[in-house]
Amino acid sequence: MTRDLRFFQAIHEATDLCMARDPSVYLMGLHVPADPKGIFGTVSGLQQKYGPDRVMDMPTSENGMTGVAIGSALVGMRPIMVHQRIEFALLAVEQIINQAANWHYMFGGKDAMPLVIRMMIGRGWGQGPQHSQSLQAVFAHVPGLKVVMPVTPYDAKGLLIAAIEDNNPVIYLEHRWLHNIFGPVPEGHYTVPIGKARTARPGRDVTIVATSYMVLESLRAADLLARDGIEAEVVDVRSLRPLDTEHILASIQKTGRLMAVDGAWRSLGFAAEVLALAAERTYGTLKAAPQRVTFPDLPSPSTPALAQHFYPRAVHIVNGVRTMMGLQEVTEEQLGIQHETPLDVPDKAFTGPF
Amino acid sequence: MDPVVAKDLYVRMLRIRTVEEKIAELYPEQQMRCPVHLSVGQEAVAVGACAALESEDYAFSTHRSHAHYLAKGGNLKAMLGELYGRVTGCCQGKGGSMHLVDRSVGFLGAVPIVGSTIPIGVGAAFGTLLRKDRRVTIVFLGDGATEEGVFHEAVNFAVLKRLPVVFVCENNFFSVYSSLDVRQPSTREIYELVRGYGLESHQGDGNDVEAVYGLTKAAVEKARAGRGPTFLEFKTYRWREHCGPHYDNHVGYRSEQEFEEWKGRCPVARLKQRLLQRGLVTQQDLDGTEATLTGEIEEAVAFAKSSPFPDPQLLGAHLYAP
Repeated sequence: MTRDLRFFQAIHEATDLCMARDPSVYLMGLHVPADPKGIFGTVSGLQQKYGPDRVMDMPTSENGMTGVAIGSALVGMRPIMVHQRIEFALLAVEQIINQAANWHYMFGGKDAMPLVIRMMIGRGWGQGPQHSQSLQAVFAHVPGLKVVMPVTPYDAKGLLIAAIEDNNPVIYLEHRWLHNIFGPVPEGHYTVPIGKARTARPGRDVTIVATSYMVLESLRAADLLARDGIEAEVVDVRSLRPLDTEHILASIQKTGRLMAVDGAWRSLGFAAEVLALAAERTYGTLKAAPQRVTFPDLPSPSTPALAQHFYPRAVHIVNGVRTMMGLQEVTEEQLGIQHETPLDVPDKAFTGPF
Repeated sequence: MDPVVAKDLYVRMLRIRTVEEKIAELYPEQQMRCPVHLSVGQEAVAVGACAALESEDYAFSTHRSHAHYLAKGGNLKAMLGELYGRVTGCCQGKGGSMHLVDRSVGFLGAVPIVGSTIPIGVGAAFGTLLRKDRRVTIVFLGDGATEEGVFHEAVNFAVLKRLPVVFVCENNFFSVYSSLDVRQPSTREIYELVRGYGLESHQGDGNDVEAVYGLTKAAVEKARAGRGPTFLEFKTYRWREHCGPHYDNHVGYRSEQEFEEWKGRCPVARLKQRLLQRGLVTQQDLDGTEATLTGEIEEAVAFAKSSPFPDPQLLGAHLYAP
């Protein structure tokens, strides 16, 4: 049976289900059992259900504890590690990139490395340069890792189950502004395959390839574009590595136009990778130069006065597409966009269902 | 010490010494196209510690892993095949000298990033605890690794969870060319620093294999009984250069005299003298042992050199586990 769940509930349900099915699955992270908010509600009550050995707090030792997770995976455990901000995981980059990512290959395919590392990304009021970065490209650059960025509650559950059951290190990136959106989620066990994109909205005129929260801004942009008869196809990549290049290419070949939308830095990032893919594989079929909507190549500022100019939103996607189509740029006012909430908290227009 | 055990320790040390000397001899041919960090002079720690383990117990190692791998029972042919970059190597040539592994004997891996296998070894011990099996894990590390953050993170966690792990520190006084006294206060002993974490910590003579064996055996038994981790520091000395087959006493970071002093404490020769003095072996026995080892090693080298290289299609294999 399918019912509406919030994104955080979908993560909770996936974790609960996997822990019930497989005694080798365990969960660790700073404050995992202690946080009164249950890590955005994603782990609430799990320690009471599975005990302190399987749902555990840890020393403030991100690198060492990632090594512990890796070592336990080598002897048959399936750890899930949680970082409430991706920046804390940077302390563990040595273990993640040198060790977890390489281990299977460098030892000639002997070992499995079933490890899931959940990391929160994204903005929030005043989070500033070290609590709101979106470093998906850092991890997605590394062969041997898998990197997923679910958007819908359905995918949040299905991709987390797939990640936990995968025999490789999977970086599972959660945008904080997605935790409270809702959408239909089936009960019970199902997986969403890692490495498969999905078409979030079909269209014929332009392909918008987007990641994570920016899929929602892209869908809103597609609605706005449709008013002027421009039908945008929105591709939610879901996995950055492996990347579903065939899905993306098929869409670009159909529409002849590409807009890459990534909530991260512009240069050398995911959006750049998608444009490179288009340049290599669809050069002759493109009707316009591909465009990117991304963050500027700057640290993320804290004050809302600057943050509102740092984070792109639907209007920027709309204008990028309009430029590609040879149309004049428009303002949010002209589009009829009214922000009922300040720009530094989640937009109430984006709660779902998705 | 049990005469059978003592003789076994000697044979294991001599085997490692002979393998390492053979690698040093062959290395200039440039057919082993990977860095080698030879263990000559440090055999007693590897052999004494691993002899205290059961075959199914686990061990993790560092860049200088040949001795640990062989002492744990790692396959010699697979090790040499790996050094020669052949498909018969323990990693099919993808790892090289710094990434030895032999899961069949519990040698779960070696990596050259200093300290990085310490938390992984602790994690393996944590995994065995969660799975309620009785294995003990040894983590080999050098003095330099005790300066890495992950060492301290991992020891703290091992004590916190009373994990069945033994930290075996080979203090050879050098991190490449940097001596211990420019890296740590000279008034402080490593094993005393570690004691502050709340675990049993001892120092022993790393060139006395019987001493290493005795201390490690007690630590392993304690770990297996569920009484937590132990840290063991063994002072020893690397005879040859940090990386490569040569001696390097002339380059200036250490003296010929210091080297000669340590060479005078050769762990292999010391045990040999004891065995002869105690009448546990005869010179004739020892000659026979040497001949057997030489034959085995020559055969393994020939095997490695005649093994095929990995097929190019293996380049893309093993990116992900199935």
